[in-house]
Amino acid sequence: MIKFEKFKLENGLTVIYHHDNSTPLVCMNILYDVGARDEDESRTGFAHLFEHLMFGGSLNIPSYDEPLQRVGGENNAFTTNDITNYYLTLPADNIETAFWLESDRMLSLAFTDKSLDVQRNVVIEEFKQRYLNQPYGDVWLLLRPLAYKVHPYLWDTIGKEISHIADATMEDVKSFFIKHYHPSNAIMVLAGNLSFDRAKQLSDKYFAPIAAGKKIKRNLPQEPKQNEARALSVERDVPVSAIYKAYKMCGRTDAKFHTCDLMSDILSRGDSSRLYNELVKKQKLFSDINAYLTADYDPGLFIVTGKLADGIKMEAADKAIADELQKLIDIKVEANELQKVKNKAESTLEFSEMGIMNKALNLAISELFGDAEMVNQEGEKYQAVTAENIQKMAAEVFNANNCSTLYYHAKAKA
Amino acid sequence: MLNRAVAPVINAIKSVEITKAAEQKLDNGIPLNVINVGSQELIKIEFLFAAGYVYQQSPLVASTVNELIDSGTHKMSACQIADAVDYYGAFLETEVAADFASLSVFTLNKHLDKILPVIEDVIKNAQFPDEEIALNITNKQQRFLVDEQKVNTVARRHFLNLLYGDNTYYGYLLKHADFEKVTKSQLVQFFKQYYNPATCRIIVSGKVSAEISTKLNAHFGGNDWLSQTSINQVNTISPNATKTGENIVLKQDALQSAIRIGRVLFNKTHPDYLPMQVLNTVLGGYFGSRLMSNIREDKGYTYGIGSGIASQKYSGYFFISTEVGVDVCADAINQIYIEINRLREEEISADEMELVRNYMLGSFLSTIDGAFALADRFKGIAIYDLDYDYYDKYLSAICNTTPKQLQELANKYWQKADLTELIVGKK
Repeated sequence: MIKFEKFKLENGLTVIYHHDNSTPLVCMNILYDVGARDEDESRTGFAHLFEHLMFGGSLNIPSYDEPLQRVGGENNAFTTNDITNYYLTLPADNIETAFWLESDRMLSLAFTDKSLDVQRNVVIEEFKQRYLNQPYGDVWLLLRPLAYKVHPYLWDTIGKEISHIADATMEDVKSFFIKHYHPSNAIMVLAGNLSFDRAKQLSDKYFAPIAAGKKIKRNLPQEPKQNEARALSVERDVPVSAIYKAYKMCGRTDAKFHTCDLMSDILSRGDSSRLYNELVKKQKLFSDINAYLTADYDPGLFIVTGKLADGIKMEAADKAIADELQKLIDIKVEANELQKVKNKAESTLEFSEMGIMNKALNLAISELFGDAEMVNQEGEKYQAVTAENIQKMAAEVFNANNCSTLYYHAKAKA
Repeated sequence: MLNRAVAPVINAIKSVEITKAAEQKLDNGIPLNVINVGSQELIKIEFLFAAGYVYQQSPLVASTVNELIDSGTHKMSACQIADAVDYYGAFLETEVAADFASLSVFTLNKHLDKILPVIEDVIKNAQFPDEEIALNITNKQQRFLVDEQKVNTVARRHFLNLLYGDNTYYGYLLKHADFEKVTKSQLVQFFKQYYNPATCRIIVSGKVSAEISTKLNAHFGGNDWLSQTSINQVNTISPNATKTGENIVLKQDALQSAIRIGRVLFNKTHPDYLPMQVLNTVLGGYFGSRLMSNIREDKGYTYGIGSGIASQKYSGYFFISTEVGVDVCADAINQIYIEINRLREEEISADEMELVRNYMLGSFLSTIDGAFALADRFKGIAIYDLDYDYYDKYLSAICNTTPKQLQELANKYWQKADLTELIVGKK
C-alpha cells in the first residue's frame, strides 16, 4: 500500500506526493507523456535522442549534471515506446536544487549546436553498442516491423536506422520540445523525506510560473487485427539459433492484462514453470526459454522466445512451443498452479514497493494510465484472475494467425 | 520574481547514519548478522560461503556447485524444490564471485515457515544429480559461445588474464574444453568442503524479529552439517604475472572496440585504497568525471566510459572500461592517457574537489538506504574481515583527501609503463 496525495497546478502539471521518512533522501520523478510512438515515421529515434539533449543545459542553467552532483544528487532517464522518464535522488536538505533544475529544463532548453552534435554521436554509438555490435542485438529491429504494420510500435525506441539520428536538425529538436515538453504533458512525483507543505510550496515557486502548453490529443493509427501467420527467417553470425514468437495481446490498461501476465508466469516464471521444465529440462530442445509481455500502453506483444539446444531443428522447436501453448487452451490450469503464480505476483508487488525510486516510478506510471491509485489495486487484480479467464485468454492470444515469428538462424560453421 | 539563474543554497550533508548489523551466533558458531530495518513484512536471507572460484581446483567447479545447489537432495528433486519455492512466492538468487559464493532467499515473512525447511535441505544435502549437471554444463557452454561474441565480455575476461595470468583463478581464462572436464565427484567434494558451518555467514535483512533469528538457529544452528575439511590454500598472487603494454584481441567485423586499461593494485585493507577511490571518482567514477566529460560529452566517441577499483579478498585492480566506434578507437585511447596525465601533472581545482566530495557523500547516502542496501554494505566489510570503522575512514577520505595527495597518488599508481592496455575489436 503506497499512500500519496495529488494536486494539479494551474498550468496543468500533475504533482503526486508520497511521504517516506525512513530515508534521508528524496526522489523526484518526472514522466513526460511522450515516447517513440509519438515520432514521425521518417524521423524515428527522436524521443530518445531528445532525452539525451535534456542534459545539455537549459535556459538559465548551462549544465544539468554539475549542480546536481554538487549537492550530492544522482540522476538518470529512460525512453520507451510510450514514455520518457527522468528521475533523480538527492539528500532531502537539497531538494530545492531538484526543483530549480527540473523546472528550468521544462521551461526551455539551451538548444546549443554543440550538445546536438555530441549527443547525435553518443546515440549513434549507443545504437552500435546495444543493437548492432551484440549477438542477437538486432532482434527488435526485425521483430517490430513484422508484428506491426501501421502502429508506431513498428519501430524501436533507438530508431529504425542510424541515418534518422544523424539527420536530426535543431529545428526538429525545438519543435519536439514545444510539442511535448510542457506542464500539462508531465507528471511529477516526489517521494521521500519531505513534508507535504514544502513539496507544495516548491512546486508553486518553481513550476507554477511555467506557461501551460497545449496538450495534444494523440491520434495514432491503430493496428488492425492480424489475420495471418507471419514469419521472417534471417541468418546471422551467432553461435546458437533462436526463435522469437510475438503474439498480439491487449494493452497495459486493459482489464485482461493481469490474466496475460499470470499466463506468462505459468509459462516461464521460475524453475517450476512449464516451458523450462518441459522444453529445457525434459525434452532438451532449448538451452534457454522465456515468455514475457511488452506491457505497452497500446495493444502490445506476448513474447515467447528461446535459444535452441545443439542439433535441434527450428521446426521442432517451433512446434514444441506451439504444443505447450496449446495445453493452456485445451486444459484448464489447476488450482495449485494458479495459486502459485498469484502468490508470486503478490510477493513481486511487495518487493517492488521497496525504495523511493521504485515507488515514485510506479506512482507516475499509474497516474499516466489513468489514476495513481491503480498502484494499490494491482494486487486485487491479480487475485481476481480465474482459471477460466486464462483458458479463454490463451485461446484468444495463442492463435497462429495472431503470431509473428522470427527465425534467427546461426550461420552454419565453415 | 524568481531569478532562475541563481542556484539554491547548497546544504552540506551533516551526518551520515549507517545502521549497523547486529551480530549474533548460531549454536554451532555460524555468525548471524541482523539488519532489522523497514516496515514491510519481508526479508532477505543471504547465506554467504567462502566458496568462490579462487578455492576451486579446476575450472567451473565453484560456479557449477553454486548454480546447482538447488538441483536436488535425497528428499526432493530439482522440480520439487522449485515448486516449493515458487508456490510460496519466494525467490532464490545464487551468486558466485572470486572469493565467495552465496545463496539468497527473498520471502514474505508469512511464508517463512514453509520456505526454511526447503532451504535447510538444499544447503545441507545438495546432491548434484548427473542429468542436472549435464544440462547445466551444456547450456552454460552455449552461453559461453554467445558471450565470446560480445566485445565487452571478451575484454573483461582477457583483461583479468593479462593482469593475473593463468595460475590463479583471478586471471584464469576459461576455455571451451574446460566444460567437458567437470565431474560430479569434483562438485560433491567442493560442496562438502566449502558449504558448511565453518565457511558460512548468514546475513538477514528486512523486518527481522527475534523469532526469525530463533528459527534460523533451529534450522541451521545444529551440528548435523559440520565438516572436518579445511579450506585450500589460495595460490599467491604474483605481481610478475602481469603483462603490461598494448594487447589486442582482433575482431575484424567489429563496429565498436572494447577498451580496457588498468593494473593490479590492492584491496580495501590497503591504506591507499580509500584515497584512490576519490582519485578514481575524479577520473571516471561518475557522470561528470574527466573521462565522461571528454570522451562522451565533448567528443561523442562512446555511449559510456568509466573507471573503477575492484577489491577482492587477496588482491584488487584498477580498470578503465569503454566501448567506442572502431574509427575513433585510437584517439579514444590517446584521450584516456591525456586525462590520466593531467591528473599526474596538475592538482585538481578546489572547485572540482568540492564537487567530487559532495557527489561522493550524497552517493554514499543512497548506498546505505534501505535494509538490503545496508546488508550489502555489511557484506562489503565482512568478506574482508573489516569493521564498520571502514566506512568512517571512507567518509573521512572523501572529506579530507587533498588535491595534492590525489596528484601524488596519480603519479604513484598511474605511470604508463605500469599499465596494461587491451583492445577487443580493431584499432
